[in-house]
Amino acid sequence: MSSDISNSSHKPDGGSAQPKAPPMDKPKFWNDPKKRSLLFQVLLLSALGFVFYTIIDNTLTNLEQRGITTGFDFLTSEAGFGIAMSLIDYTEASSYGMTFLVGLLNTILIAAMGVFAATILGFILGVARLSDNWLISKFATFYIEIFRNIPLLLQIFFWYFAVLRTLPHPRQSIEFFGSFINNRGFIFPAPVAEDGFGLVAFGFVAALVGSWLISRWSAKRQERTGQQFPVFLTSIGLIVGVPLILFLLSGMPMGLEHPELKGFNFRGGITVIPELIALWLALSIYTAAFIAETVRAGILAVSHGQTEAASALGLSKGKTLRLIVIPQAMRVVIPPLTSQYLNLTKNSSLATAIGYPDLVNVFAGTTLNQTGQAIEVIAMTMAVYLTLSLLTSFFMNWYNARIQLTER
Amino acid sequence: MKKTLISAATLMVAMTGTAMAGTLETVKERGAVQCGVTSGVPGFSVPDDKGNWKGLDVDLCRAVAAAVLGDASKVKFVPLNAKERFTALVSGEIDVLSRVTTWTQTRDTQLGINFAGVNYYDGQGFLVKNELGLKSVKELDGATVCVQSGTTTELNMADYFRAEGISYTPVVFDTNDQAAQAFDSGRCDSFTTDLSQAAGLRTRMQDPSAVGALPEVISKEPLGPVVRQGDDTWFNIVKWSHNAMLNAEELGITSANVDKMKAESTNPNVKRLIGLDGPKGKGMDLADDWAYQIVKQVGNYGEAYERNVGKGSPLGLDRGLNALWNQGGLQYAPPMR
Repeated sequence: MSSDISNSSHKPDGGSAQPKAPPMDKPKFWNDPKKRSLLFQVLLLSALGFVFYTIIDNTLTNLEQRGITTGFDFLTSEAGFGIAMSLIDYTEASSYGMTFLVGLLNTILIAAMGVFAATILGFILGVARLSDNWLISKFATFYIEIFRNIPLLLQIFFWYFAVLRTLPHPRQSIEFFGSFINNRGFIFPAPVAEDGFGLVAFGFVAALVGSWLISRWSAKRQERTGQQFPVFLTSIGLIVGVPLILFLLSGMPMGLEHPELKGFNFRGGITVIPELIALWLALSIYTAAFIAETVRAGILAVSHGQTEAASALGLSKGKTLRLIVIPQAMRVVIPPLTSQYLNLTKNSSLATAIGYPDLVNVFAGTTLNQTGQAIEVIAMTMAVYLTLSLLTSFFMNWYNARIQLTER
Repeated sequence: MKKTLISAATLMVAMTGTAMAGTLETVKERGAVQCGVTSGVPGFSVPDDKGNWKGLDVDLCRAVAAAVLGDASKVKFVPLNAKERFTALVSGEIDVLSRVTTWTQTRDTQLGINFAGVNYYDGQGFLVKNELGLKSVKELDGATVCVQSGTTTELNMADYFRAEGISYTPVVFDTNDQAAQAFDSGRCDSFTTDLSQAAGLRTRMQDPSAVGALPEVISKEPLGPVVRQGDDTWFNIVKWSHNAMLNAEELGITSANVDKMKAESTNPNVKRLIGLDGPKGKGMDLADDWAYQIVKQVGNYGEAYERNVGKGSPLGLDRGLNALWNQGGLQYAPPMR
């Protein structure tokens, strides 16, 4: 577009061969739009560079003047405080850098769990709200209106205290199948892999690959012959069956570490702390309400003619929804769904209110306060949320581009 | 969220040049001292049912206002949690931090702040439910402990348990109040904090008599007011406001008798404190009667202690280490001369 315009301005007479192309026809460089815009861009860039340089220089000078230590050296010194839950080995003797990792992993864990649960719940509710069944659609409406209109922080508090208050002390734990529920969390036996378990894991991976190959083969065959193959059932059978058979054949190479009540609390096993449960419930229930509305909007955006055409072909209602409506709705759903995932990830930082050790609580909270390195710590924390958000949106954009209508 | 705002504020301030020098001028221009306090620890800083802040730390803020502005009521209180406090001070959001803050080397030397004295000598202890029948912190092996994040308490506990080889699970909350509530509702077996604050927070629990402190005191916690580094005049004002309250108690000057003393006393020490003689307000750019205003409007250290945390309060704490030096305690102020 712009090149067309500039071209035409260069050659007002369509480039007809003038024997004497007068050199004065060539505009002065400040009248040449291309050069002028280049000049302005260079000016703007240097101005921006100067502003940033001033900001950084000022910051460093001022920090030095006030005797505030700067730099990232603190990351290697010993943290000296404990953290309630960590996915990697962490002790008080670990470094501040480790507290960053612990917090980061805990944030990723709650975000992943939240996204998973909120997506499933949100899709079910979104479809349910459009259901012909009066009860189901009214229930979904009710749910959505309640949960998206109450502030998330209140919901987190509600779940935390609702969960905590009803649970008994460790000594009066509710017990079932070797697992325990009490106000220190949900404690269940930890699986311990023994010799030969690698074979089972290998079988699992092989079954995954197998399923993928079968689905590709079946899609090709259907395109060629129109015949269908029960891909879903076969895959389930493979993924569950193969590892199970291998597991039994190799003599069940898996022990369980049972939790035992010793002194104040249970030792051994895996403990899911109540903070995690409460935060997970609140985040997924809250975000699901928004996702449900997104899904509803997406479904409504699909022309009703599609449904009519599908029923004219004799497709069942379920198949119409699964094969015709939802795939087309997804094109509308994905971009706002991405926003919801980003919101959920960022909202997980409210964890700090109930003591779930996420990145903000552990790193931007305790570590910041113990070291006083506000600028470094906040910058690192912001960088993490930025990276997580960019990754999520990159993945979702890629997925979105993949499922767009392919025009032939 | 507030924390993020304050951190952002630090960044802004750090970025946009100095202009932070004259805290005294800023305070006089504003007509109020901005004082960072806790979001509610009974005895130290807590708003009463009419919204008036009360407590030992609050009285220090009022003393500074009385000295600087001649009116102890000209204080704007800013409730802060432990994580926000230093950033709020360094960024200039507050002029004084008077918030049960322990004086440590890291804080004094690396955060750009100065400690202006010790208004309470404290130590860290552990609260447990009496029904557990515990006799010592050493029996807490395997226990879950509620604690406030970003405190020396959190570090002392980790050090102590590591040294003793005791395993524990910390559950960390933003404010001491939340930590105390979680302990009260059974999330934790124990709640650890400075003993004075534990005494205050205990009064808010469902059944205070069912909760007791274990005998061990595992740390030294000298608590005191804090100011920004680099403003010596303001540093001196806060330091000497505290010293004036201690000296007043030592000389027997109270809010009740200060006027009589002013009219009658011939004791040169009293005359100097009241501002009739001696250095008066020189060197601090204060009115000559600055210390008189403190004693008249706020009272001496002993008065503040008794009404907030001592026998005259629900906390009922002994003077202990906080008695004056000549009565077996540690509170000792340099002379005013």
